[in-house]
Amino acid sequence: MPARLKAGKRHRLRLTLNGREVAGEAEPRLLLSDFLRHALGATGTHVGCEHGVCGACTVRLDGLAVRSCLMLAVQAEGRRVDTVESLAGADGALSALQRAFRRHHALQCGFCTPGILMSLSDWLARTPNPSEQAVREMLSGHLCRCTGYAGIVRAALEAAAEIAEDREKAPHDV
Amino acid sequence: MKPAEFDYLRPASPEEALAALAQAGEEARLLAGGQSLMAMLNMRLVQPALLIDIGALAALDFVRLEKDALVIGAAVTQGALERRASLAEEVPLLALALPFLGHYQTRNRGTVCGSIAHADPSAELPLALVALEGAVMLRSARRRRTLAAADFFAGMLTTARRADEMIEAVRFPRRRLGAGYAFREMALRHGDFALCAVAAIADDAGLRLAIGGVADRPVARDFPLLEADALEDALDDFAWALGAGDDAHASARYRRSLVRKLGREALEEAKCRRG
Ligand code: FES
Ligand code: FES
Repeated sequence: MPARLKAGKRHRLRLTLNGREVAGEAEPRLLLSDFLRHALGATGTHVGCEHGVCGACTVRLDGLAVRSCLMLAVQAEGRRVDTVESLAGADGALSALQRAFRRHHALQCGFCTPGILMSLSDWLARTPNPSEQAVREMLSGHLCRCTGYAGIVRAALEAAAEIAEDREKAPHDV
Repeated sequence: MKPAEFDYLRPASPEEALAALAQAGEEARLLAGGQSLMAMLNMRLVQPALLIDIGALAALDFVRLEKDALVIGAAVTQGALERRASLAEEVPLLALALPFLGHYQTRNRGTVCGSIAHADPSAELPLALVALEGAVMLRSARRRRTLAAADFFAGMLTTARRADEMIEAVRFPRRRLGAGYAFREMALRHGDFALCAVAAIADDAGLRLAIGGVADRPVARDFPLLEADALEDALDDFAWALGAGDDAHASARYRRSLVRKLGREALEEAKCRRG
């Protein structure tokens, strides 16, 4: 990619999406959220407010949970982006976090869910044995219109416990 | 909610960024983490002709512990600083304030210097910088200069930065021996804009209290070691001096009472933490 990208022109860019090399075209002003959905067809990432308030668009950029509506597609050039599509196994088996969400009815309409799952999949890996208060503070970066926070908190805590158990079984394997 | 058109420049060095900035002037905007600027672009509150992305410049991605200060480069994210294990030892007030700043997801991308540059009157980092009497290191294509925090913040979203300057780094003074620090904040929900945020510093010589979210910029005041009624009066005086206004989120009266209540709590806590 050249250093200066012209307004109104599409530029080709490459990134690693959910472990696969992908390429697409974007104008400088295209948001990463729109690039994922419209250019790459990864519609699991949802878009709510488009100004950084609701958290629906959260993805992982080089592992860290970030808002994809507060980033330009061209800024993801050469980076690793993971979306909710990356969570289940190749055979479609749900991850521990997704199973906990199902058990606790932590999703209703499901609009906020992909963003919350991407935040938690990053945050739980960095935050061993979180308190309920810490989970709630992390979740303050997400809005659920269905207001199902009680189930979401329960699912997050249960997934955290499961991750801790796995760590104990295979301490070098996280 | 999509940005208007702009050219996008990814400079290879700070020098290249500054040359582009010198040429484009007011037409250009520096983009680092984008956690304030991208929202303003999406809402078309700003429509620059050129965005200069300094967020990935390795030369600006440094945290340097100097004899008297922690120096934080323009590409350092709030999240990276928060995860610095030695931060609570080095600059305790920063470690206390960071968890209040936006949300986990925005701290992962938002930069320390970007929040200072944005100068929202309710933001935590400008408040901490003013409380600690830190400094902002500015650089243009022609020269460098360093401004004291109190001289840098000039009002609501307004600073002393000139159009051809970027914030290269900010300096947060290190923990002073014998001082105690505390931070308090009230917001409608965790991570939202503060209705009132307070930073307190106490040592054996006196007290210092800085308030954000009330005046058009963070404001600090020094007090002698006051107790009881005398402290109450001093806080009341400070609360009135800030010139709080009514807005959709809180009345001026409520804000004054937050200054008194949070101010007292934070000062008491800072006193207990001396040592
Ligand atoms: S769509 Fe990105 S935070 Fe709401
Ligand atoms: S489940 Fe409907 S918005 Fe959260």
